[in-house]
Amino acid sequence: MNALIKNLWTVTLVVCLLPLLLLGLDVVFDNLGSNPIQAVHIRLGDWSLRFLCIALTITPIQTITRWRGMPEYRQLFGLFAFFYASLHFLVYLLVDHNFNWSLIIMDIIESPYIWFGVFAYIIVFLLGITSSKFAMKKLGKNWKKLHRWVYLAAIASVIHYFWQLKGNLAEPLLYAIIISLLLSFRIFTWFTARQLGKMMIPKGRGDE
Amino acid sequence: MIIKTEKDIPSSEITPPEIFQERRKFIQMLGLTLAGANIPSAFAGDNKVFSNLAKSATPDNSLKPTPVELVKNYTNYYEFTFNKDDSTKLAQSMVIDPWSVEISGEVEKPATYHLEDILSQQTLEERIYRFRCVEGWSMVVPWVGFSLANLLKMAKPLSTAQFVKFTTIEQPETMPNQREKKMLDFPYVEGLRIDEAMHPLTMLAVGMYGEKLPKQNGAPLRLVVPWKYGFKSIKAIVKIELLKKPPLTTWNKSAPQEYGFYANVNPAVSHPRWSQNSERLLGSGFFTSRRQTELFNGYGEQVASLYKDMDLRHFF
Repeated sequence: MNALIKNLWTVTLVVCLLPLLLLGLDVVFDNLGSNPIQAVHIRLGDWSLRFLCIALTITPIQTITRWRGMPEYRQLFGLFAFFYASLHFLVYLLVDHNFNWSLIIMDIIESPYIWFGVFAYIIVFLLGITSSKFAMKKLGKNWKKLHRWVYLAAIASVIHYFWQLKGNLAEPLLYAIIISLLLSFRIFTWFTARQLGKMMIPKGRGDE
Repeated sequence: MIIKTEKDIPSSEITPPEIFQERRKFIQMLGLTLAGANIPSAFAGDNKVFSNLAKSATPDNSLKPTPVELVKNYTNYYEFTFNKDDSTKLAQSMVIDPWSVEISGEVEKPATYHLEDILSQQTLEERIYRFRCVEGWSMVVPWVGFSLANLLKMAKPLSTAQFVKFTTIEQPETMPNQREKKMLDFPYVEGLRIDEAMHPLTMLAVGMYGEKLPKQNGAPLRLVVPWKYGFKSIKAIVKIELLKKPPLTTWNKSAPQEYGFYANVNPAVSHPRWSQNSERLLGSGFFTSRRQTELFNGYGEQVASLYKDMDLRHFF
Protein backbone atom coordinates (compact mmCIF):
# COMPACT_ATOMS: atom_id res chain seq x y z
CA MET A 1 0.00 0.00 0.00
CA ASN A 2 2.77 2.33 1.05
CA ALA A 3 4.72 1.50 -2.09
CA LEU A 4 1.70 2.17 -4.23
CA ILE A 5 1.22 5.58 -2.71
CA LYS A 6 4.89 6.29 -3.18
CA ASN A 7 4.64 5.31 -6.86
CA LEU A 8 1.43 7.28 -7.27
CA TRP A 9 3.27 10.32 -6.03
CA THR A 10 6.03 9.90 -8.62
CA VAL A 11 3.55 9.19 -11.38
CA THR A 12 1.58 12.30 -10.47
CA LEU A 13 4.71 14.38 -10.52
CA VAL A 14 5.65 13.18 -13.98
CA VAL A 15 2.13 13.68 -15.29
CA CYS A 16 2.12 17.24 -13.97
CA LEU A 17 5.32 17.93 -15.90
CA LEU A 18 4.01 16.44 -19.14
CA PRO A 19 2.34 19.66 -20.36
CA LEU A 20 5.68 21.41 -20.12
CA LEU A 21 7.42 18.61 -22.00
CA LEU A 22 4.80 18.64 -24.77
CA LEU A 23 5.04 22.40 -25.03
CA GLY A 24 8.80 22.12 -25.32
CA LEU A 25 8.38 19.62 -28.16
CA ASP A 26 5.93 21.95 -29.92
CA VAL A 27 8.46 24.76 -29.67
CA VAL A 28 11.26 22.57 -31.02
CA PHE A 29 9.17 21.24 -33.90
CA ASP A 30 7.68 24.66 -34.69
CA ASN A 31 4.18 23.39 -34.09
CA LEU A 32 2.70 26.53 -32.62
CA GLY A 33 1.37 28.39 -35.63
CA SER A 34 1.96 31.94 -36.77
CA ASN A 35 2.23 33.46 -33.30
CA PRO A 36 4.25 30.95 -31.29
CA ILE A 37 5.09 33.35 -28.47
CA GLN A 38 1.45 33.96 -27.74
CA ALA A 39 0.74 30.25 -28.08
CA VAL A 40 3.38 29.39 -25.44
CA HIS A 41 2.14 32.16 -23.18
CA ILE A 42 -1.49 31.05 -23.39
CA ARG A 43 -0.66 27.36 -22.99
CA LEU A 44 1.22 28.04 -19.75
CA GLY A 45 -1.59 30.24 -18.45
CA ASP A 46 -4.13 27.54 -19.29
CA TRP A 47 -2.18 24.91 -17.35
CA SER A 48 -1.79 27.16 -14.36
CA LEU A 49 -5.56 27.64 -14.23
CA ARG A 50 -6.14 23.92 -14.73
CA PHE A 51 -3.86 22.99 -11.83
CA LEU A 52 -5.55 25.59 -9.69
CA CYS A 53 -8.91 23.96 -10.44
CA ILE A 54 -7.50 20.49 -9.74
CA ALA A 55 -6.05 21.67 -6.42
CA LEU A 56 -9.41 23.12 -5.50
CA THR A 57 -11.22 19.84 -6.06
CA ILE A 58 -9.18 18.02 -3.42
CA THR A 59 -10.99 19.42 -0.40
CA PRO A 60 -14.48 18.64 -1.72
CA ILE A 61 -13.30 15.11 -2.55
CA GLN A 62 -11.99 14.74 1.01
CA THR A 63 -15.24 16.06 2.43
CA ILE A 64 -17.31 13.68 0.37
CA THR A 65 -15.15 10.57 0.74
CA ARG A 66 -13.96 11.39 4.27
CA TRP A 67 -10.54 10.18 3.14
CA ARG A 68 -7.86 12.36 4.66
CA GLY A 69 -4.83 11.13 2.78
CA MET A 70 -4.78 13.90 0.20
CA PRO A 71 -3.44 17.19 1.57
CA GLU A 72 -0.03 16.44 0.02
CA TYR A 73 -1.67 16.21 -3.36
CA ARG A 74 -3.53 19.45 -2.83
CA GLN A 75 -0.21 21.07 -2.04
CA LEU A 76 1.44 19.43 -5.06
CA PHE A 77 -1.24 20.61 -7.51
CA GLY A 78 -1.23 24.06 -5.95
CA LEU A 79 2.53 24.25 -6.38
CA PHE A 80 2.18 23.21 -10.01
CA ALA A 81 -0.35 26.01 -10.50
CA PHE A 82 2.28 28.33 -9.03
CA PHE A 83 4.96 26.78 -11.25
CA TYR A 84 3.01 27.22 -14.50
CA ALA A 85 1.86 30.70 -13.49
CA SER A 86 5.49 31.66 -12.88
CA LEU A 87 6.50 30.37 -16.31
CA HIS A 88 3.52 32.20 -17.82
CA PHE A 89 4.68 35.44 -16.19
CA LEU A 90 8.32 34.85 -17.12
CA VAL A 91 7.41 34.23 -20.77
CA TYR A 92 5.53 37.52 -20.77
CA LEU A 93 8.50 39.41 -19.36
CA LEU A 94 11.33 37.70 -21.16
CA VAL A 95 10.13 35.88 -24.28
CA ASP A 96 7.51 38.44 -25.32
CA HIS A 97 9.16 41.65 -24.12
CA ASN A 98 12.81 40.72 -23.67
CA PHE A 99 12.68 42.74 -20.43
CA ASN A 100 11.83 45.92 -22.33
CA TRP A 101 10.60 47.55 -19.11
CA SER A 102 9.12 50.68 -20.65
CA LEU A 103 6.86 48.56 -22.85
CA ILE A 104 6.08 46.16 -20.00
CA ILE A 105 5.12 48.88 -17.52
CA MET A 106 2.98 50.69 -20.08
CA ASP A 107 1.29 47.43 -21.03
CA ILE A 108 0.47 46.54 -17.43
CA ILE A 109 -0.79 50.03 -16.58
CA GLU A 110 -3.01 50.24 -19.63
CA SER A 111 -4.41 46.70 -19.65
CA PRO A 112 -7.06 46.03 -16.99
CA TYR A 113 -7.13 42.36 -17.90
CA ILE A 114 -3.49 42.12 -16.85
CA TRP A 115 -4.28 43.66 -13.43
CA PHE A 116 -6.35 40.59 -12.65
CA GLY A 117 -3.51 38.36 -13.77
CA VAL A 118 -1.03 40.19 -11.57
CA PHE A 119 -3.43 40.06 -8.61
CA ALA A 120 -3.92 36.32 -9.09
CA TYR A 121 -0.18 35.77 -9.40
CA ILE A 122 0.60 37.68 -6.20
CA ILE A 123 -1.82 35.44 -4.30
CA VAL A 124 -0.55 32.24 -5.88
CA PHE A 125 3.00 33.37 -5.15
CA LEU A 126 2.22 34.01 -1.47
CA LEU A 127 0.43 30.68 -1.17
CA GLY A 128 3.30 28.94 -2.93
CA ILE A 129 5.98 30.25 -0.58
CA THR A 130 3.88 29.50 2.51
CA SER A 131 2.87 26.01 1.47
CA SER A 132 5.47 24.16 3.54
CA LYS A 133 4.68 22.50 6.86
CA PHE A 134 7.14 24.88 8.46
CA ALA A 135 5.29 27.96 7.21
CA MET A 136 2.02 26.36 8.20
CA LYS A 137 3.20 26.00 11.79
CA LYS A 138 4.71 29.45 11.83
CA LEU A 139 1.55 31.13 10.56
CA GLY A 140 -0.77 29.14 12.80
CA LYS A 141 -4.37 30.25 12.45
CA ASN A 142 -3.48 32.82 9.83
CA TRP A 143 -2.35 30.12 7.43
CA LYS A 144 -5.90 28.98 6.76
CA LYS A 145 -7.09 32.55 6.39
CA LEU A 146 -4.34 33.28 3.89
CA HIS A 147 -4.92 30.12 1.91
CA ARG A 148 -8.62 30.84 1.53
CA TRP A 149 -7.50 33.58 -0.88
CA VAL A 150 -6.97 30.84 -3.41
CA TYR A 151 -10.58 31.35 -4.45
CA LEU A 152 -9.93 35.01 -5.19
CA ALA A 153 -6.93 33.95 -7.26
CA ALA A 154 -9.11 31.52 -9.21
CA ILE A 155 -11.80 34.11 -9.85
CA ALA A 156 -9.23 36.73 -10.86
CA SER A 157 -7.59 34.22 -13.24
CA VAL A 158 -10.84 33.57 -15.03
CA ILE A 159 -11.49 37.31 -15.36
CA HIS A 160 -7.91 37.70 -16.61
CA TYR A 161 -8.67 35.05 -19.21
CA PHE A 162 -12.00 36.14 -20.59
CA TRP A 163 -11.36 39.87 -20.40
CA GLN A 164 -8.67 39.73 -23.05
CA LEU A 165 -10.82 37.98 -25.61
CA LYS A 166 -12.60 39.61 -28.50
CA GLY A 167 -14.86 36.75 -29.39
CA ASN A 168 -15.15 33.18 -28.27
CA LEU A 169 -15.87 32.98 -24.56
CA ALA A 170 -16.58 29.25 -24.37
CA GLU A 171 -13.36 28.18 -22.66
CA PRO A 172 -13.20 30.82 -19.92
CA LEU A 173 -16.88 30.14 -19.31
CA LEU A 174 -16.04 26.48 -18.66
CA TYR A 175 -13.49 27.50 -16.01
CA ALA A 176 -15.95 29.98 -14.52
CA ILE A 177 -18.52 27.19 -14.15
CA ILE A 178 -16.01 24.78 -12.57
CA ILE A 179 -14.80 27.38 -10.10
CA SER A 180 -18.30 28.49 -9.16
CA LEU A 181 -19.28 24.87 -8.53
CA LEU A 182 -16.24 24.34 -6.31
CA LEU A 183 -16.84 27.59 -4.50
CA SER A 184 -20.53 26.88 -3.95
CA PHE A 185 -19.63 23.49 -2.53
CA ARG A 186 -17.41 25.24 0.01
CA ILE A 187 -20.10 27.76 0.85
CA PHE A 188 -22.61 24.96 1.19
CA THR A 189 -20.44 22.95 3.62
CA TRP A 190 -19.60 26.08 5.55
CA PHE A 191 -23.28 26.95 5.79
CA THR A 192 -24.34 23.47 6.93
CA ALA A 193 -21.53 23.40 9.48
CA ARG A 194 -22.79 26.71 10.82
CA GLN A 195 -26.35 25.43 11.00
CA LEU A 196 -25.11 22.37 12.88
CA GLY A 197 -23.16 24.63 15.20
CA LYS A 198 -26.27 26.65 15.91
CA MET A 199 -28.09 23.49 16.84
CA MET A 200 -25.35 22.97 19.40
CA ILE A 201 -24.40 19.63 18.06
CA PRO A 202 -20.82 19.23 19.14
CA LYS A 203 -19.90 16.90 16.27
CA GLY A 204 -18.57 19.54 13.88
CA ARG A 205 -17.10 18.76 10.52
CA GLY A 206 -13.72 20.19 11.09
CA ASP A 207 -12.28 18.72 7.97
CA GLU A 208 -12.65 21.75 5.82
CA MET B 1 9.64 53.15 -54.89
CA ILE B 2 11.19 50.01 -56.20
CA ILE B 3 8.91 47.07 -55.95
CA LYS B 4 10.59 43.75 -55.93
CA THR B 5 8.73 41.07 -57.80
CA GLU B 6 11.51 38.59 -57.86
CA LYS B 7 9.28 35.67 -57.22
CA ASP B 8 9.86 33.10 -59.93
CA ILE B 9 6.77 32.35 -61.94
CA PRO B 10 6.60 28.70 -62.86
CA SER B 11 6.12 28.43 -66.60
CA SER B 12 3.16 26.13 -66.01
CA GLU B 13 1.31 28.99 -64.39
CA ILE B 14 1.80 31.51 -67.13
CA THR B 15 -1.19 31.78 -69.40
CA PRO B 16 -0.26 30.83 -72.97
CA PRO B 17 -0.49 33.94 -75.15
CA GLU B 18 -3.12 32.50 -77.48
CA ILE B 19 -5.49 31.81 -74.60
CA PHE B 20 -4.83 35.24 -73.23
CA GLN B 21 -5.58 36.82 -76.59
CA GLU B 22 -8.75 34.82 -76.88
CA ARG B 23 -9.93 36.07 -73.52
CA ARG B 24 -9.06 39.56 -74.54
CA LYS B 25 -11.12 39.23 -77.71
CA PHE B 26 -13.98 37.72 -75.76
CA ILE B 27 -14.05 40.59 -73.32
CA GLN B 28 -13.87 43.12 -76.13
CA MET B 29 -16.65 41.37 -77.93
CA LEU B 30 -18.85 41.78 -74.92
CA GLY B 31 -18.09 45.47 -75.06
CA LEU B 32 -17.00 45.45 -71.49
CA THR B 33 -13.86 47.45 -71.89
CA LEU B 34 -13.39 51.06 -72.72
CA ALA B 35 -12.08 51.78 -76.18
CA GLY B 36 -8.35 51.40 -76.12
CA ALA B 37 -8.27 50.30 -72.52
CA ASN B 38 -5.40 47.98 -71.89
CA ILE B 39 -6.26 44.80 -70.17
CA PRO B 40 -3.53 44.38 -67.65
CA SER B 41 -1.74 41.13 -68.00
CA ALA B 42 -1.51 41.33 -64.24
CA PHE B 43 -4.88 39.67 -63.85
CA ALA B 44 -4.97 37.12 -66.56
CA GLY B 45 -7.97 34.90 -65.98
CA ASP B 46 -7.27 31.81 -63.97
CA ASN B 47 -3.63 32.56 -63.66
CA LYS B 48 -2.69 32.24 -60.05
CA VAL B 49 0.29 34.49 -60.23
CA PHE B 50 0.40 38.19 -60.92
CA SER B 51 3.14 39.59 -63.07
CA ASN B 52 4.10 42.99 -64.49
CA LEU B 53 2.83 44.71 -61.38
CA ALA B 54 2.93 48.47 -61.60
CA LYS B 55 5.21 50.33 -59.30
CA SER B 56 3.32 51.78 -56.42
CA ALA B 57 3.37 55.44 -55.56
CA THR B 58 3.10 54.63 -51.87
CA PRO B 59 5.78 55.51 -49.38
CA ASP B 60 8.80 53.32 -49.26
CA ASN B 61 9.48 52.39 -45.70
CA SER B 62 11.67 49.49 -46.77
CA LEU B 63 9.44 47.04 -44.97
CA LYS B 64 10.33 43.40 -44.94
CA PRO B 65 7.29 41.24 -45.72
CA THR B 66 6.24 38.71 -43.12
CA PRO B 67 6.76 35.09 -44.27
CA VAL B 68 3.73 34.23 -46.39
CA GLU B 69 2.85 31.04 -44.50
CA LEU B 70 2.34 33.04 -41.31
CA VAL B 71 0.04 35.49 -43.08
CA LYS B 72 -1.96 32.69 -44.70
CA ASN B 73 -2.50 30.83 -41.44
CA TYR B 74 -3.42 33.55 -38.99
CA THR B 75 -6.64 35.21 -40.02
CA ASN B 76 -9.67 36.47 -38.21
CA TYR B 77 -12.65 35.39 -40.25
CA TYR B 78 -15.54 35.24 -37.82
CA GLU B 79 -17.97 34.05 -40.50
CA PHE B 80 -16.12 30.75 -40.35
CA THR B 81 -14.55 30.45 -36.91
CA PHE B 82 -13.30 32.46 -33.94
CA ASN B 83 -9.97 30.70 -34.19
CA LYS B 84 -7.25 32.25 -36.34
CA ASP B 85 -5.70 28.88 -37.28
CA ASP B 86 -8.91 27.19 -38.37
CA SER B 87 -10.09 29.73 -40.94
CA THR B 88 -7.42 28.58 -43.41
CA LYS B 89 -9.17 25.27 -43.87
CA LEU B 90 -12.77 26.32 -43.32
CA ALA B 91 -12.70 29.22 -45.77
CA GLN B 92 -11.81 26.91 -48.67
CA SER B 93 -15.48 25.97 -49.06
CA MET B 94 -16.34 29.53 -50.01
CA VAL B 95 -17.62 30.10 -53.54
CA ILE B 96 -15.93 33.14 -55.07
CA ASP B 97 -16.43 32.60 -58.75
CA PRO B 98 -18.28 34.37 -60.33
CA TRP B 99 -18.08 37.52 -58.23
CA SER B 100 -19.80 40.83 -58.67
CA VAL B 101 -19.76 44.04 -56.72
CA GLU B 102 -22.67 46.43 -56.40
CA ILE B 103 -21.87 50.13 -56.21
CA SER B 104 -24.84 52.24 -55.24
CA GLY B 105 -26.17 55.04 -53.09
CA GLU B 106 -25.08 58.64 -53.60
CA VAL B 107 -23.54 58.08 -57.02
CA GLU B 108 -24.31 59.20 -60.53
CA LYS B 109 -23.83 55.75 -62.00
CA PRO B 110 -24.98 52.97 -59.69
CA ALA B 111 -24.09 49.61 -61.18
CA THR B 112 -23.20 46.04 -60.49
CA TYR B 113 -19.85 45.08 -61.93
CA HIS B 114 -18.33 41.72 -62.55
CA LEU B 115 -15.01 41.59 -60.78
CA GLU B 116 -13.19 40.98 -64.07
CA ASP B 117 -14.69 44.15 -65.50
CA ILE B 118 -13.49 46.16 -62.54
CA LEU B 119 -10.04 44.68 -62.85
CA SER B 120 -9.85 45.21 -66.59
CA GLN B 121 -9.93 48.93 -65.91
CA GLN B 122 -7.38 48.99 -63.13
CA THR B 123 -3.64 48.87 -63.17
CA LEU B 124 -2.65 46.52 -60.40
CA GLU B 125 0.12 47.54 -58.06
CA GLU B 126 2.06 45.84 -55.34
CA ARG B 127 2.05 47.80 -52.10
CA ILE B 128 3.88 46.70 -49.00
CA TYR B 129 1.91 47.83 -45.96
CA ARG B 130 2.01 47.25 -42.26
CA PHE B 131 -1.10 45.52 -40.99
CA ARG B 132 -1.92 46.04 -37.30
CA CYS B 133 -4.67 44.03 -35.62
CA VAL B 134 -6.64 45.50 -32.73
CA GLU B 135 -5.63 42.37 -30.79
CA GLY B 136 -2.03 43.55 -30.60
CA TRP B 137 -0.22 41.69 -33.37
CA SER B 138 1.00 42.93 -36.70
CA MET B 139 2.48 41.84 -39.98
CA VAL B 140 3.87 43.31 -43.17
CA VAL B 141 2.01 42.30 -46.30
CA PRO B 142 2.77 42.93 -49.97
CA TRP B 143 -0.77 43.42 -51.24
CA VAL B 144 -1.72 43.42 -54.91
CA GLY B 145 -4.51 45.78 -55.86
CA PHE B 146 -5.48 49.32 -56.74
CA SER B 147 -6.67 52.51 -55.10
CA LEU B 148 -10.26 52.40 -53.93
CA ALA B 149 -10.59 55.95 -55.26
CA ASN B 150 -10.19 54.65 -58.83
CA LEU B 151 -13.20 52.39 -58.43
CA LEU B 152 -15.33 55.00 -56.69
CA LYS B 153 -14.61 57.47 -59.49
CA MET B 154 -16.07 54.97 -61.97
CA ALA B 155 -19.41 55.35 -60.20
CA LYS B 156 -19.09 59.15 -59.98
CA PRO B 157 -19.89 60.00 -56.35
CA LEU B 158 -22.32 62.87 -55.79
CA SER B 159 -21.36 65.75 -53.54
CA THR B 160 -23.81 64.34 -50.99
CA ALA B 161 -21.69 61.20 -50.58
CA GLN B 162 -20.01 61.64 -47.21
CA PHE B 163 -19.38 58.04 -46.18
CA VAL B 164 -18.74 54.69 -47.79
CA LYS B 165 -20.27 51.46 -46.52
CA PHE B 166 -18.80 48.07 -47.42
CA THR B 167 -20.58 44.75 -47.03
CA THR B 168 -19.16 41.22 -47.01
CA ILE B 169 -20.90 38.46 -48.90
CA GLU B 170 -23.70 36.50 -47.25
CA GLN B 171 -23.00 32.84 -47.87
CA PRO B 172 -24.51 30.98 -44.93
CA GLU B 173 -24.21 27.67 -46.74
CA THR B 174 -20.44 27.88 -46.54
CA MET B 175 -20.04 30.17 -43.51
CA PRO B 176 -20.98 28.30 -40.32
CA ASN B 177 -21.17 31.31 -38.01
CA GLN B 178 -23.35 33.22 -40.46
CA ARG B 179 -25.63 30.22 -40.61
CA GLU B 180 -25.81 29.87 -36.84
CA LYS B 181 -25.92 33.64 -36.28
CA LYS B 182 -23.06 33.45 -33.81
CA MET B 183 -21.66 36.44 -31.97
CA LEU B 184 -21.71 39.16 -34.64
CA ASP B 185 -24.54 40.56 -36.68
CA PHE B 186 -23.74 39.28 -40.16
CA PRO B 187 -23.20 40.19 -42.93
CA TYR B 188 -20.10 42.05 -41.82
CA VAL B 189 -20.23 45.78 -42.50
CA GLU B 190 -17.45 48.33 -42.46
CA GLY B 191 -17.26 52.00 -43.33
CA LEU B 192 -15.01 54.92 -44.09
CA ARG B 193 -15.45 58.64 -44.32
CA ILE B 194 -15.33 59.72 -47.98
CA ASP B 195 -11.96 61.45 -47.61
CA GLU B 196 -10.52 58.30 -46.03
CA ALA B 197 -11.97 56.21 -48.84
CA MET B 198 -10.52 58.52 -51.51
CA HIS B 199 -7.09 58.63 -49.85
CA PRO B 200 -4.39 57.21 -52.13
CA LEU B 201 -3.21 54.76 -49.44
CA THR B 202 -6.63 53.13 -49.23
CA MET B 203 -6.72 50.17 -51.55
CA LEU B 204 -8.78 47.26 -52.71
CA ALA B 205 -6.66 44.14 -52.80
CA VAL B 206 -7.11 41.10 -55.03
CA GLY B 207 -3.80 39.48 -54.26
CA MET B 208 -0.84 39.24 -51.94
CA TYR B 209 2.72 38.04 -52.35
CA GLY B 210 2.24 38.16 -56.12
CA GLU B 211 -0.60 35.65 -56.02
CA LYS B 212 -4.37 35.82 -55.87
CA LEU B 213 -5.70 36.38 -52.39
CA PRO B 214 -6.21 33.14 -50.48
CA LYS B 215 -9.83 32.74 -49.43
CA GLN B 216 -9.06 33.12 -45.74
CA ASN B 217 -7.29 36.40 -46.45
CA GLY B 218 -10.38 37.92 -48.03
CA ALA B 219 -10.62 36.68 -51.61
CA PRO B 220 -11.54 37.74 -54.11
CA LEU B 221 -11.69 41.41 -53.13
CA ARG B 222 -10.91 43.07 -49.83
CA LEU B 223 -10.28 46.50 -48.45
CA VAL B 224 -6.89 47.48 -47.04
CA VAL B 225 -6.63 50.64 -44.94
CA PRO B 226 -3.11 50.49 -43.54
CA TRP B 227 -3.43 53.18 -40.85
CA LYS B 228 -6.48 51.56 -39.24
CA TYR B 229 -6.88 48.41 -37.16
CA GLY B 230 -7.27 45.31 -39.28
CA PHE B 231 -10.98 44.80 -38.65
CA LYS B 232 -11.66 47.89 -40.80
CA SER B 233 -10.11 46.09 -43.79
CA ILE B 234 -13.23 44.14 -44.66
CA LYS B 235 -13.01 40.92 -46.67
CA ALA B 236 -14.96 39.43 -49.58
CA ILE B 237 -16.74 42.65 -50.52
CA VAL B 238 -19.95 42.43 -52.54
CA LYS B 239 -21.45 45.84 -51.93
CA ILE B 240 -20.09 49.38 -51.77
CA GLU B 241 -22.61 52.07 -50.91
CA LEU B 242 -21.98 55.78 -50.79
CA LEU B 243 -24.00 57.37 -48.04
CA LYS B 244 -24.89 60.71 -46.51
CA LYS B 245 -24.48 59.37 -42.97
CA PRO B 246 -21.96 57.06 -41.31
CA PRO B 247 -22.95 53.40 -41.53
CA LEU B 248 -23.27 51.35 -38.37
CA THR B 249 -20.27 49.06 -38.63
CA THR B 250 -20.27 45.50 -37.29
CA TRP B 251 -17.80 45.73 -34.40
CA ASN B 252 -19.01 49.18 -33.48
CA LYS B 253 -22.52 47.79 -33.22
CA SER B 254 -21.36 44.75 -31.26
CA ALA B 255 -19.31 46.69 -28.67
CA PRO B 256 -19.55 50.46 -29.22
CA GLN B 257 -17.43 51.35 -26.19
CA GLU B 258 -14.59 49.13 -27.44
CA TYR B 259 -14.54 49.53 -31.22
CA GLY B 260 -15.12 52.96 -32.70
CA PHE B 261 -15.99 53.94 -36.23
CA TYR B 262 -12.54 55.39 -36.92
CA ALA B 263 -10.36 52.67 -35.37
CA ASN B 264 -7.17 54.49 -36.29
CA VAL B 265 -4.06 52.77 -34.99
CA ASN B 266 -3.01 54.84 -31.99
CA PRO B 267 -0.67 53.69 -29.22
CA ALA B 268 -1.94 56.47 -26.94
CA VAL B 269 -5.56 55.36 -27.03
CA SER B 270 -5.98 52.03 -25.25
CA HIS B 271 -8.68 49.55 -25.87
CA PRO B 272 -10.81 49.58 -22.68
CA ARG B 273 -9.40 46.19 -21.68
CA TRP B 274 -5.89 46.23 -23.11
CA SER B 275 -3.08 48.52 -24.10
CA GLN B 276 -2.43 49.38 -27.74
CA ASN B 277 1.05 50.65 -26.98
CA SER B 278 2.94 47.71 -28.47
CA GLU B 279 2.46 44.87 -30.92
CA ARG B 280 3.89 41.46 -31.67
CA LEU B 281 5.26 41.45 -35.20
CA LEU B 282 4.57 37.99 -36.58
CA GLY B 283 7.74 36.24 -37.60
CA SER B 284 9.89 37.94 -34.98
CA GLY B 285 11.54 35.32 -32.83
CA PHE B 286 11.44 34.31 -29.20
CA PHE B 287 13.17 36.77 -26.88
CA THR B 288 12.67 39.69 -29.26
CA SER B 289 10.64 42.46 -27.75
CA ARG B 290 7.27 43.50 -29.02
CA ARG B 291 7.54 46.61 -31.14
CA GLN B 292 6.32 50.05 -30.19
CA THR B 293 3.09 50.75 -32.07
CA GLU B 294 3.18 53.90 -34.17
CA LEU B 295 0.50 56.57 -34.46
CA PHE B 296 -1.56 55.87 -37.60
CA ASN B 297 0.52 52.70 -37.90
CA GLY B 298 3.42 54.77 -39.21
CA TYR B 299 1.39 56.49 -41.94
CA GLY B 300 0.93 59.75 -40.03
CA GLU B 301 2.77 61.79 -42.62
CA GLN B 302 0.18 60.80 -45.20
CA VAL B 303 -3.01 60.72 -43.16
CA ALA B 304 -2.69 62.85 -40.02
CA SER B 305 -4.16 65.84 -41.85
CA LEU B 306 -7.44 63.97 -42.25
CA TYR B 307 -7.94 64.19 -38.49
CA LYS B 308 -6.25 67.46 -37.63
CA ASP B 309 -9.06 69.08 -35.64
CA MET B 310 -10.36 65.90 -34.07
CA ASP B 311 -9.99 64.59 -30.56
CA LEU B 312 -8.63 61.12 -31.33
CA ARG B 313 -9.52 59.92 -27.85
CA HIS B 314 -13.15 60.73 -28.44
CA PHE B 315 -13.26 59.62 -32.05
CA PHE B 316 -11.41 56.37 -31.44
